[in-house]
Amino acid sequence: MKKITALLVCLFIITATFCSCGYEYADIEYDATYSRELAGTTLNVYNWGEYISDGGDDSIDVNLEFEKLTGIKVNYVTYESNETMYSQLKSGGVSYDIIIPSDYMIERLKNENMLKKLDYQKLTNFKYIDNKYKNLFYDKNNEYTVTYNVGMVGVIYNPTIIGEPEHTWKSLWSKKYKDMSLNFSNPRDCFMTAQMILGYSLNSTKKSEWKEACELLKKGKGVLQSYVMDEVYGKMETGEAGIGPYYAGDYLTMAETNPDLKFYYPEEGTNIFVDAICVPSSVKNYEAAMMYINFLSEPQIALANAEYIGYASPNTSVVNNEDYLYYKNPILYPKEKDMPKTEYYHDLAPELRSYYENLWLDVKLY
Amino acid sequence: MKALSKIYIGLIIFFLYAPVLVMIFFSFNAGESVWVFDGFSLDWYAGLIFNSEMLEALKNTLIVALLSSVISTILGTAAAVGISSFRKKISKRLAMTVTNIPMMNADIVTGISLMLLFVFFGKLLGLSESLGFITVLIAHITFNIPYVILSVIPKLKQTDANLREAALDLGCTPIKAFFKAVVPSISTGIFTGFIMAFTLSLDDFVISYFTCGHFQTLPIVIYNMTKKTVTPDVYALSTIVFISVFILLILYNTVQNGSEKRRSKH
Amino acid sequence: MNKKTFGSRLVSAPYLVWAAIFVIVPLVIMIYFALTNDAGNFTLSNISGIGKYKKAFLYSIVYAIISTVITLILAYPMAYFMTKIKISAQRMILLIVMVPMWMNFLIRTYSWITILANKGIINSFLEKLGLPTVHLINTPGAVILGMVYDFIPYMILPIYSVMSKIDNSLLEAASDLGSNGFSKLKSVILPLSLPGVVSGITMVFVPSVSTFYISQKLGGNKTLLIGDAIEYLFNAGPEYYNVASSLSLVLMILILLCLAVMNKFSNDEGDIIV
Repeated sequence: MKKITALLVCLFIITATFCSCGYEYADIEYDATYSRELAGTTLNVYNWGEYISDGGDDSIDVNLEFEKLTGIKVNYVTYESNETMYSQLKSGGVSYDIIIPSDYMIERLKNENMLKKLDYQKLTNFKYIDNKYKNLFYDKNNEYTVTYNVGMVGVIYNPTIIGEPEHTWKSLWSKKYKDMSLNFSNPRDCFMTAQMILGYSLNSTKKSEWKEACELLKKGKGVLQSYVMDEVYGKMETGEAGIGPYYAGDYLTMAETNPDLKFYYPEEGTNIFVDAICVPSSVKNYEAAMMYINFLSEPQIALANAEYIGYASPNTSVVNNEDYLYYKNPILYPKEKDMPKTEYYHDLAPELRSYYENLWLDVKLY
Repeated sequence: MKALSKIYIGLIIFFLYAPVLVMIFFSFNAGESVWVFDGFSLDWYAGLIFNSEMLEALKNTLIVALLSSVISTILGTAAAVGISSFRKKISKRLAMTVTNIPMMNADIVTGISLMLLFVFFGKLLGLSESLGFITVLIAHITFNIPYVILSVIPKLKQTDANLREAALDLGCTPIKAFFKAVVPSISTGIFTGFIMAFTLSLDDFVISYFTCGHFQTLPIVIYNMTKKTVTPDVYALSTIVFISVFILLILYNTVQNGSEKRRSKH
Repeated sequence: MNKKTFGSRLVSAPYLVWAAIFVIVPLVIMIYFALTNDAGNFTLSNISGIGKYKKAFLYSIVYAIISTVITLILAYPMAYFMTKIKISAQRMILLIVMVPMWMNFLIRTYSWITILANKGIINSFLEKLGLPTVHLINTPGAVILGMVYDFIPYMILPIYSVMSKIDNSLLEAASDLGSNGFSKLKSVILPLSLPGVVSGITMVFVPSVSTFYISQKLGGNKTLLIGDAIEYLFNAGPEYYNVASSLSLVLMILILLCLAVMNKFSNDEGDIIV
């Protein structure tokens, strides 16, 4: 038995030495200075899936670089919806030092006193954040957030499978695309696709309007192949599905794997969102969190993230960098005249929230 | 008839192994996909060494499995000894019913009820974070113990009660009597219980999912990975696990066969 | 004498305390959550609101029953045939059946996507042969297949372990008395293997009825099974813990009822065959 184990270990090491695919640290010049005072401590980061440059495809591994620089160990955990993240935090079961929620969820967390103010004295790289993305509605005096990414939702499709669809949200439910069409598996985004068709506000306070959207979603379920979040990557890249809504930045990543894929912003308008870095009030390693936030806003790190994630960056040093892969990309940074009509999500009253959550369950149960 | 039964067994085994073969096949993919095969490579295996997230999770999983199976084997064996010496039928029944609950209950219910308990106590004690390594360990011990008890009790039933009496009469202390006389005769039961506890713990996803906080075991990491685009490195790791288990079991089997042959020669 | 057994009874104390804290108390807390609202006041509205989820319960039960039946139909002959081969080969096959259980079920389930997908292995094979492709993934059939696949070892093992203990002389006696193959099966093997069947059914039914992964991956996340509903609610926020607890409570009661009914059919004394 021991021999076999030894043999396995040997095989493992041999394969490892033959293919040298370990991560090689990049040569990065940093804007700020980072002390190693907190070396040996742990920083718990809770972020969306596929939302950081992780060393794949010869990119920079942001967390490893941070660990090397500061000696702080990054414990990186991912979630797939704002609601899951909220639930985890609220239950008191876990505490994190860094979270990156979206606008409406930041509003909610702030209202429930679940965020801690940031120490902007230490965030020297905050200067790189475009003023457009400061003092937004969820953080009017900019005390709690540093914007991480900006994005809009659009429709990704594969013309080799479904041809050229009409550039509207209705295409998602076209009978022509039965079993070819995807939709979001989180309530806010999924309802958005219906609310846009109906011409209602995404933050409607009228229950009747949510109800109507719910009925539309139920009706469309027959056409749908599946509800997805990040599974959309595999499904669109392989041609398993023909059309589906997702975040514009993710389209760019998918199109690298499958150049057939195309994208449009529906004519009815769409959701615009901002994801920003925050520190929850249950933070344990506040100083390390400040270092991490500053680190993420470093020009070279922000560039690596922007290229890897593919979302629009709020970081001026990235946006104005001519070597940036998506420099002036028309999908991420549309010109004024091409800009679709957009609306942010806002946090809704608790009663309305539980109303739409229940409607969402109705859709899923239908 | 003989041929038919062999074909049938073959078909079922094929059914059982089809996804495993797919997994092994794509673990050698040169490309990034688990759908399209782009040629043979060992890159994903080599890459594992540098995948700190997965290695950390593997380490966590092994620690939890080892600790929880050892603790539950000790607690469970003691419990089995105690319960089988209960004289009142009703208390024996009651103890066995409680033992059966985690085994019979759906994993999701066990997981949720434990999470509620931990969160509840966490709030009570004012902890900023109630879920983590300790809670996963407690949860695993909880669902492991019944399997140990249920594999030890039948062996205890087969054991001659006089054996212990005799040891006591010969001047052994009760503890010594237990270890000298009882343990050897129930050791196979203890061992089976331990192995079962270990493997159950290794494979558990649902209960860990609800009790882990940001302590990540391998099944949790795999779960998170299958929520995104799965790359062949997960398959590579699973292939290694699969092959190690396969080899271990076959070795175990040949060793057992060998010892049986030796025994029958005597 | 009394003192001695008292000593050995005492060694079970740590476990009994453990079980009280980590088995009984959690269930009590769950029941408490199920019967209170967000503010902690007593209410029956969670339980009475279960009606909303009747479709999820119905689907879960129907899927679980179908997959348990299919599993039984596939596993019973397997177990029977296994007893008919050489002992050493039996042990080998037993191991082969068990090995997949050591593999993570998430991965095993996920691999099925590659096989069943529209552009998956089966369909590309059909395409190569010039046959029309079939729609397999994201259907109820795929979910049931996933359940059958994941849980079939739990059916084969208990049935096999009971069958392998059936005394050969019984079968010979039956033959001597003129039984043919079929009546031998009906009058000897079937009744004697019943305890194995019963424990197999429970071991397949319970995880099938409460699963929350298989339907998400193989069913396109479209039909909400009861496990999915519970998982979703727990992830939606602590304000849904009450509803989620009441669903879990109902699920638990349902399972216990099924087990009670199953136990009526079996005559063994609650010994679990694993």
